[in-house]
Amino acid sequence: MCWSLRFCWAFLAVYGADYIMNPNNRNGLSRLFYNPTARSLFFQALILGLLLYFVMTIVGNVMTNLNQRGISTGFGFLSQPAGFGISQTLIEYNETFTFGRTFFVGLLNTLLVSFLGVIAATFLGVVVGISRISPNWLLRKISMVYVEILRNIPLLLQIFFWYYVVLQTLPRPRDSLSFGESIFINIRGVFVPKPVPDAGFSFYIALLVAAVVAVVALTIWAKRRMRDTGQQFPVFWTSIAILFGTAVIGFFITGRPIMLDYPELRGLNFRGGITILPELIALWFALTIYTSTYIGEIVRSGIESVSHGQTEACRALGLNEGHRMKLVILPQAMRVMIPPMTSQYLNLTKNSSLATAIGYPDLVSVFAGTTLNQTGQAIEIISMTMLVYLTISLLVSAFMNWFNRRVALVER
Amino acid sequence: MSEFVPKPARPAPITEIGAIGWARKNLFSSIPNTVITLLTAYVLWSVLVPFLGWAFVNADWVGSSRADCTSGGACWVFISVRFNLFMYGFYPEDSYWRPNLAFILLIGFLIWLSIPRIPFKKLGAILALTVYPVLAYVLLYGGFGLEVIPTHRWGGLMLTLVLALIGIVVAIPIGVVLALGRRSEMPVIRMVCVIFIEFWRGVPLITILFMASVMLPLFFVGGTDADKLMRALIGIVMFQSAYMAEVVRGGLQALSKGQFEGADALGLSYWQKMFLVVLPQAMKIMIPGIVNTLISLFKDTSLIVIIGLLDILGMVRQALADPAWLGYPAEGYLFVAFMFWIFCFSMSRYSIYLENKLNTGHKR
Amino acid sequence: MTQETGNIITLKNVNKWYGEFHVLKDINLDVKMGEKIVICGPSGSGKSTMIRCINHLEEHQEGDIIVDGVILNNDLKNIGQIRKEVGMVFQHFNLFPHLTVLQNCTLAPIWVKKMPQKEAEKIAMKFLERVKIPDQANKFPGQLSGGQQQRVAIARSLCMNPRVMLFDEPTSALDPEMIKEVLDVMVELAGEGMTMLCVTHEMGFAKKVADRVIFMDAGQIIEENDPESFFNNPQSERTKLFLSQVLGH
Ligand SMILES: Nc1ncnc2c1ncn2[C@@H]1O[C@H](COP(=O)(O)OP(=O)(O)OP(=O)(O)O)[C@@H](O)[C@H]1O
Ligand SMILES: [Mg+2]
Repeated sequence: MCWSLRFCWAFLAVYGADYIMNPNNRNGLSRLFYNPTARSLFFQALILGLLLYFVMTIVGNVMTNLNQRGISTGFGFLSQPAGFGISQTLIEYNETFTFGRTFFVGLLNTLLVSFLGVIAATFLGVVVGISRISPNWLLRKISMVYVEILRNIPLLLQIFFWYYVVLQTLPRPRDSLSFGESIFINIRGVFVPKPVPDAGFSFYIALLVAAVVAVVALTIWAKRRMRDTGQQFPVFWTSIAILFGTAVIGFFITGRPIMLDYPELRGLNFRGGITILPELIALWFALTIYTSTYIGEIVRSGIESVSHGQTEACRALGLNEGHRMKLVILPQAMRVMIPPMTSQYLNLTKNSSLATAIGYPDLVSVFAGTTLNQTGQAIEIISMTMLVYLTISLLVSAFMNWFNRRVALVER
Repeated sequence: MSEFVPKPARPAPITEIGAIGWARKNLFSSIPNTVITLLTAYVLWSVLVPFLGWAFVNADWVGSSRADCTSGGACWVFISVRFNLFMYGFYPEDSYWRPNLAFILLIGFLIWLSIPRIPFKKLGAILALTVYPVLAYVLLYGGFGLEVIPTHRWGGLMLTLVLALIGIVVAIPIGVVLALGRRSEMPVIRMVCVIFIEFWRGVPLITILFMASVMLPLFFVGGTDADKLMRALIGIVMFQSAYMAEVVRGGLQALSKGQFEGADALGLSYWQKMFLVVLPQAMKIMIPGIVNTLISLFKDTSLIVIIGLLDILGMVRQALADPAWLGYPAEGYLFVAFMFWIFCFSMSRYSIYLENKLNTGHKR
Repeated sequence: MTQETGNIITLKNVNKWYGEFHVLKDINLDVKMGEKIVICGPSGSGKSTMIRCINHLEEHQEGDIIVDGVILNNDLKNIGQIRKEVGMVFQHFNLFPHLTVLQNCTLAPIWVKKMPQKEAEKIAMKFLERVKIPDQANKFPGQLSGGQQQRVAIARSLCMNPRVMLFDEPTSALDPEMIKEVLDVMVELAGEGMTMLCVTHEMGFAKKVADRVIFMDAGQIIEENDPESFFNNPQSERTKLFLSQVLGH
């Protein structure tokens, strides 16, 4: 196969592209043509010209088409009232707000589900990755099956499955699953109490800030002490105790500065509290699980990329298993893991646009969907939407380049 | 001076070998490990048993309407009744032989090209890339005496396969050109290619499909009624060729510098160097990457549901909305999942097999 | 316990299997304080396995291994104790590539011995001077030659102030001109009275510093003797054959 293919390539190469550039049959004009610099300039100019022509044609066609259909161009529509409602808004919004506002509402919803997804997928992915190399055979096999099944099924299908199959088994609002009469789960979503600040809230916040400052100070102090005397201090657990303790004790000292607005069943649905939409849950679960299979593989290969010799050296030096992980294996595995991990985060963010399939009000669904349908400004809206994702991608790859340059191992 | 006779090896202690040794080492090597084993086994048991009961033991397999689903388990009748729709969409029933034949030919070519022992690979590759596409087009679409079947009647798994295959076959050459352009010494060419690649890679496929379905018609004079499938395909190919370009770039980078320098030293021109020396070698390295791209493409084709094309997922969703069959989403979605899984999983195995073969080949 | 025998390491009837494969067969070995032992033998004879059992990088299944009075079993405390007393140098150095030479040397003293950083650095510099590369302290391992890396690895082990040093073919991954610089360091170390167990095929080194040479084959110790008798008057046919192959060319 190799030889025959090579023959084809040869045929193409020799008789195709090189024919006109053959130095044996040159004349005066083609001598200039044969000059490498001139040739390269000419070629680039040609490509640029063609491209320009192509773009101009398209722009011209678009203009004609838009004129014919009587669609106006420009971004004026952004300041017109939207006139439709959105089921989840992180900033204030109702029908009277503008189309420009819908853009931000959608963008924030995209960022919300991406953020939740990144956090959960990282956590789950690390668990999966570690299970993949666990000494326990059963765990190893199960995590392998998990990865092999879930990453070979399209994400969209998984979203549908969560939304139309799993969440549909939840009860109607009237028969909600209730946890302590404050959290309710039913087919319309999850309803949780909403914290509302009360008197003394700022004092409580000040206390929490103080606790964070204390933890930072403690960390610095412990580091210094370790450097000077060698004594170690359980910073992690102490910090948790401080933060948690302050949060709980401070709450009562400051006279319970947070009220809870409990959800209540009124008529057919719950009112008050915070509603977590079933669309958000389905999307979040599917994104998390799908991405966790990829992150799991990244974690696994990251840890495996650190040679076994490193582990042996640690053991021979008497480092315990925790220190071995923290000081030797993870710092090395991280360098390998972070670039593909970031691109998974990016994928997750882009994949969150599948929200539109189940009606979670993300950027694509609200802006490139509803807003586009209402205004018909296809060019402007699609470009703005794409620009958002492009910006995120470029920011992330800029970070990645910076990171790679920073952590590259020094080699000879 | 004594002759050295090694002591006979003794069998290992019973706790080290056989089933006991294996279990001790892999399942019960420490207390936490034992706890994990028992916990996982319990969870596995409590998930798997009800599921298998639902999907197989208590399931209904034969029948013609929902009245035949009585046993309380899965109602696979829903699938079997509409199986043809899920496979072919609204393709006319008396013409099923046409996609079938195209598919069988495809399988034939794939076997020919992917199993190393079968000879005449060259002929196979040429036929697969020249004759087959024309033949498949005529078979599926019509012409030359065959009844024309417009693309809006295509659907189901058939459509999924058509999209994935055309997508990958068209994306490869574009990807090669883009990758070469990205490495070009001419700044304008390089810039154009980089912008093109990074643009398509930076946006979600769904926005590209939206673009293809609402923006693309505006690009052509009066061409507003361009085929819907065609528009989706253009979007998919653009998207896919950008990813393909990165696969090709990876392949080119994996080649040692010596290959480029060696070709330069022989006085080969740029095109001779690329087509005679570089690409034939890089192609080999790239095949696993290409298969992986094909897998993502295959999964991504499901997105065309969102712009209203009816691939296998779309057909199933349509069937689920049928009032006569309400209430079987689990069966429907599991069926689609299984179909996608079969294709993607076998492709990923093949790609792993290729990678291993490649690795051993390089070590030698 | 150690007092009665005067041995720092004792192996009693040690047996080890890899699955079905019997790697170590009834190994008995006593190492006295300050003794230098060279272990040689054909590839696959179990030399590495034996010395790796001594600091429990490998687990043995039968018999006892006692290091400085501490018996090696699955007790994590004992293992930690023994690893503090026993330093090991590997064939492929196994330096930590993400840490500088100095950090490689101070890592274990700081985290295992809980030593203040200043003190750990002072000790590390002392040993880096001993292995003659104090000027490389702030470089990364990837920037050093093989011989330099192996000397860093030796310094790293010495920083834990071990009572015994294990060497597993420390020079066999090195180019000839680098072998000498590593062997010189090892000879110097031997001169200072360190207890050493060294798997190596450097017969010159064995003749020069070894108190005892041990020859292994097929998982057994076949012969042990002082270097003089070992090289000039081997007891077994197998040893003779091996020596003729190693020294022959
Ligand atoms: N992890 C393992 N699993 C199974 N068998 C092993 C393992 N490690 C070593 N062996 C086998 O045990 C035997 C002894 O290995 P060992 O590494 O101790 O030999 P060696 O004497 O150090 O040889 P060399 O001079 O090549 O380093 C060899 O036959 C080897 O194949
Ligand atoms: Mg060895």
